Amino acid sequence: MDPIREAMLHRSRAAKIERRGKLISLFCITLIVVVVVAIFTFVASRGLATFFTDGVNLWSFLSKTTWAPAVKDAHGAAQVGALPMIVGSFGVTLLSAVVATPFAVGAAIFMTEISPTLGKKVLQPVIELLVGIPSVVYGFIGLSVVVPFIRHVFGGTGFGILAGTFVLFVMILPTVTSMTVDALKAVPRHYREASLALGGTRWQTISRVVVRAAMPGILTGIVFGMARAFGEALAVQMVIGNAALLPHNLISPAATLTSVLTSGIGNTVMGSLENNALWSLALLLLLMSLAFNLLIRWIGKKGEMK
Amino acid sequence: MSNPVITSRDVHLFYGKFEALLGIDLDFNRNEITALIGPSGCGKSTYLRTLNRMNDLIPGVTITGDIRLDGQDIYAPSQDVVALRKQVGMVFQQPNPFPFSIYDNVCYGLRLAGVKDRATLDSAVETSLKQAAIWDEVKDKLHKSALSLSGGQQQRVCIARVLAVQPSVILMDEPTSALDPISSTQIENMLLELRERYTIILVTHNMHQASRISDRTAFFLQGRLVEVDATKRIFLNPAQKETEDYISGRFG
Repeated sequence: MDPIREAMLHRSRAAKIERRGKLISLFCITLIVVVVVAIFTFVASRGLATFFTDGVNLWSFLSKTTWAPAVKDAHGAAQVGALPMIVGSFGVTLLSAVVATPFAVGAAIFMTEISPTLGKKVLQPVIELLVGIPSVVYGFIGLSVVVPFIRHVFGGTGFGILAGTFVLFVMILPTVTSMTVDALKAVPRHYREASLALGGTRWQTISRVVVRAAMPGILTGIVFGMARAFGEALAVQMVIGNAALLPHNLISPAATLTSVLTSGIGNTVMGSLENNALWSLALLLLLMSLAFNLLIRWIGKKGEMK
Repeated sequence: MSNPVITSRDVHLFYGKFEALLGIDLDFNRNEITALIGPSGCGKSTYLRTLNRMNDLIPGVTITGDIRLDGQDIYAPSQDVVALRKQVGMVFQQPNPFPFSIYDNVCYGLRLAGVKDRATLDSAVETSLKQAAIWDEVKDKLHKSALSLSGGQQQRVCIARVLAVQPSVILMDEPTSALDPISSTQIENMLLELRERYTIILVTHNMHQASRISDRTAFFLQGRLVEVDATKRIFLNPAQKETEDYISGRFG
């Protein structure tokens, strides 16, 4: 057989290495998929047990306001109303996003459009530093500064949604800012040139072209921030007051899904209703983060089509 | 030469310490197409961008000399750059429509100027798109994204976007070099019609394009203006040896 033909019939060294690489990556991705599926299955099986094994009505779980899984009411039904936590979680998430967005977008515009050198040398490192601070530090500052401040100004205990919002605002600000910076930087230079060449002022160019073109990226940043706020446990638990009551104002003690989970999960017996009810909360959290993820993808896709 | 729209005298431009333009004297006549030709890096695009002060955006650029639009020194401290750019429109090499609808693209300049009246905007969009010879192709999809158009259509929308502001001069920086021959021809034919109403300054690498559509041609080489004359003369009987060498393809 001639040598060329022979070479064609055998795998080359490069092809072997390529195959090995593919196998390794396939193994890694399979592992990740298995872990994710396992987590979902576990949380779902525990979380759904509340409804199937313990016979709690799904609607009353979502709409009742009394959270006392260990206590039965007059009819002998378990009191697992998660509405206070759902309201608490959405409250702090939405409020912190609403407060953080203008600051984040403003800071990002300053860093990319108005003073890129100052932005790169000073603000970017500061933002990155903020991301790296552990959440317990934020919680501690919230506990020792924000809560007394709110108590002083508005009265009450100082614990509540307002304190949680403030702490989360500081925590998600860097996330939203840096993602907005990336979105603004990704706007091609020629859009800016075209706008300026048509007689646009700098501000008109920023507000009408750059921000508009970067909008899908900015929205993605905001949703990422919300996902982070929704899932944050420790810092919020330290300042929100941990009372599973429907909050009637922003400074009354409240609770979030995460704060009830972190404070309760270690004190219940696996398989009991108390424990299962907490898993139901965890399942709700998981579904919400899934929803946030889908929202991000949907925004991304819509941005592409433009 | 009678009544030039733009006059420039002894224009020097430095990128930091590097001198990219070494004293350009060049005038542009009203309602004429002037082609700027020359090899890459000869300074013709740089010169073009001094005329609407787009070089101001690049840090480290210094410009000396005297450039006047209708007798007004455009580098005078009192010059409003925004107003200047409304008078001197620019079309870029790469079609660069905004990621908005065709309608919003064409309206952009007018809306910047504060025009809100729907009827005014509608008629400006129609007129500009007709002038840019693309109305028939897009009239049924004005509210679709301009990015969904082909490259040649995008470039004509960009031209319409400039026309809507009603500038007196239009600068074009190799407007057809990213397009296929058919789109290029469409744009060339359109330019010949636009000449009636606008002064057009066109940078081009395409010698045939310069000879087909321009009234006058200026030949740049290494930051100098070698020669400027009626296009016929430049192509048939140039005064300078360098011009002849370039046009006959001996270098560049």
